Amino acid sequence: MRLTKHPILEFKRGREVTIYFNQKPIKAYEGETVASALYANGITTFSRSFRFHRPRGFFCAIGKCSSCMMEVDGVPNIRVCKVYVRDGMMIRTQNSFPNADKDIFGMIDSIIDRFYPHGSHYKKFNRPKALRDFVTKQIRNFAGIGNPPKAVFDEKGRYEEIHTDIAIIGGGPAGMSAAIFSARFGAKVTLMDENPFLGGQLVKQTHRFFGSGKHRAGTRGIKIAELLRKEVEELDIDVRYETKVFGIYNGIIGAVERDKKLLKIVPKKIVVATGAYERTLIFENNDLPGVYGAGGVQTLMNVFGVKPGNRGLIVGSGNVGLILSYQLMQAGVEVSAVVEAMPRIGGYFVHAAKIRRLGVPIYVSHTIKRAIGKKKVEGAEIVRLENWREVEGSEKRIDCDFICVATGLSPTHELLYQAGCQMKFVPELGGLVPVRNRFGETTVSGLYVAGDVAGIEEATSAMMEGRIAGLDCAIKLGYGGDEAVKLRNEIVRDLKEFREGPFGERILAGLKKVEVEA
Amino acid sequence: MSFIQRGYLEEDELPPKPSEERLKKRNVAYIECPQEIPCSPCVESCKYDAIEMKNINDTPKVDYEKCTGCMRCIKVCPGLAIFMLRLRNGRGYVTIAYEFLPTPKKGDTVTLLNRRGEVVGEGVVTWVLPPERNEKTALVTVEVDPALIYEVRAIKVNV
Ligand code: SF4
Ligand code: SF4
Ligand code: FES
Repeated sequence: MRLTKHPILEFKRGREVTIYFNQKPIKAYEGETVASALYANGITTFSRSFRFHRPRGFFCAIGKCSSCMMEVDGVPNIRVCKVYVRDGMMIRTQNSFPNADKDIFGMIDSIIDRFYPHGSHYKKFNRPKALRDFVTKQIRNFAGIGNPPKAVFDEKGRYEEIHTDIAIIGGGPAGMSAAIFSARFGAKVTLMDENPFLGGQLVKQTHRFFGSGKHRAGTRGIKIAELLRKEVEELDIDVRYETKVFGIYNGIIGAVERDKKLLKIVPKKIVVATGAYERTLIFENNDLPGVYGAGGVQTLMNVFGVKPGNRGLIVGSGNVGLILSYQLMQAGVEVSAVVEAMPRIGGYFVHAAKIRRLGVPIYVSHTIKRAIGKKKVEGAEIVRLENWREVEGSEKRIDCDFICVATGLSPTHELLYQAGCQMKFVPELGGLVPVRNRFGETTVSGLYVAGDVAGIEEATSAMMEGRIAGLDCAIKLGYGGDEAVKLRNEIVRDLKEFREGPFGERILAGLKKVEVEA
Repeated sequence: MSFIQRGYLEEDELPPKPSEERLKKRNVAYIECPQEIPCSPCVESCKYDAIEMKNINDTPKVDYEKCTGCMRCIKVCPGLAIFMLRLRNGRGYVTIAYEFLPTPKKGDTVTLLNRRGEVVGEGVVTWVLPPERNEKTALVTVEVDPALIYEVRAIKVNV
């Protein structure tokens, strides 16, 4: 399943190591996540669900959905899509017996359920106390999540206090752009990202970008990530990798670096650029291993060089779905079809034309009805829609071994909520987004947003928003003078022009609801 | 049904065609980018002012007389929406951007596909710009029946 040749990418794999999956040795390479190493070895079932013991695999591959939890070196409930392999690592499937592939609990579950339906344990076996204690213990055993860690945490607690001009949360296109454009004018910048690398979702975008040359159009996303990274390095920006921000308290940021060190960051301005996560879609069997988020498949394939399967069905014809289809074909994976519930293709026509001329059917006014398969996806059934209703008898079976859900993203807004920003639900922008001015400053003074967390759009606009936010922070702190002001205003104008076409209409309609005067 | 429901252009949706006379002179850029999207690298790359676009969301229009066939635009177009067309000695030539493996070689016979992905014949590769010379996007020219220069839009390399 590992890719060796690719028309765009080169996979530099690290040293070969051995990890143990349910005690069985498996070959992996340093730099790979546990999830991709398992996948490369044909292991798609990582655990079982708490209830009904249904098989679970990964979905998002970027640590946001929690469907990939396993026991790692004795610690349960670890998201293995975020953990990198180490020689001798012990991985176990959880919540199953004897293992997640063949799980006898699944059988018992369906029998128990007949006599004691869901929720009945709240009322039954309550008395006497001895019986309750005994039953509670057994239920916890079955539910899997009750296993305490077997490993003992033996790290020394460490702590660091950082004083900086601008703290930026998220090292994707928006965050890096904000960092670069403020640091260029002399601001002291601290840039934090939860990954061990910068680039955010750019690292899997193998296609050339749209937009204007000034904003790097015609250049591939992966190349843009590289260029931005280089500039971040040259500008002497304090980059904190594998750093998870857990809260913003009165303008002070709390974070944990590499699971070991507590950080207190005292900045003058904050830019939140935490991006977005993938939405899922409701259909029968949508939890089967083999139903993945589009971005999850891109990560597996373009970052770690592992094929997601042999033949995929793509649900959703926005740019993400169309680009993913093309990328799958570049990796030598067949695309059986793209289905789209709307009566028209959602993304750019040129992206659709690229896959259409290679023979991929695009079914508009169609949706997925169910995934077929017991332990993993073995096919799918799609159905035609008329006025958003399924047309009886129009079902069609699609031959595929995985399904990608590309039906949109939601902003990763939690930090903004916690920090006290005024939020609004704006469907045009993808969900909950903060009220802000045209430079990205929210209702919490000095706290800015940029990129997908401010509203789902293109990476190109995310970079522009990042630049604007970074520049505005720098200007307000007294850096850059007239030159910075001029540059900021120019990018504001470019962004406005960028959004003036039909694809910007939705965004502009959404912005109307949340943008306030600067 | 329009192109945005189908994913391909029908004959009546195609942009204006260059004259036969022009096609015989040298390569000409033929741009199939009918939708208003925020994109302009083609215009910015053209040193001869041959592509017109009122603003970044406008669709590109080529002045076939100004176009010199320099291929700057086809090299950078992220939509892979530009094709170079040419007629010479009674044969047709179509140049397309190609981002798959293996890259065909000059002299190879490849399968020709139309906009719908249907096989329309076979053609011989007459020129290749290797992928490493253009940030991983190869350009491939195939010799085709002259009647097919507005049909052939993709190739399949037979391995
Ligand atoms: S081929 Fe050259 S001259 Fe012709 S439109 Fe493209 S860039 Fe301009
Ligand atoms: S560069 Fe390509 S996709 Fe962009 S506007 Fe020009 S022809 Fe269309
Ligand atoms: S959290 Fe690991 S796959 Fe989503």
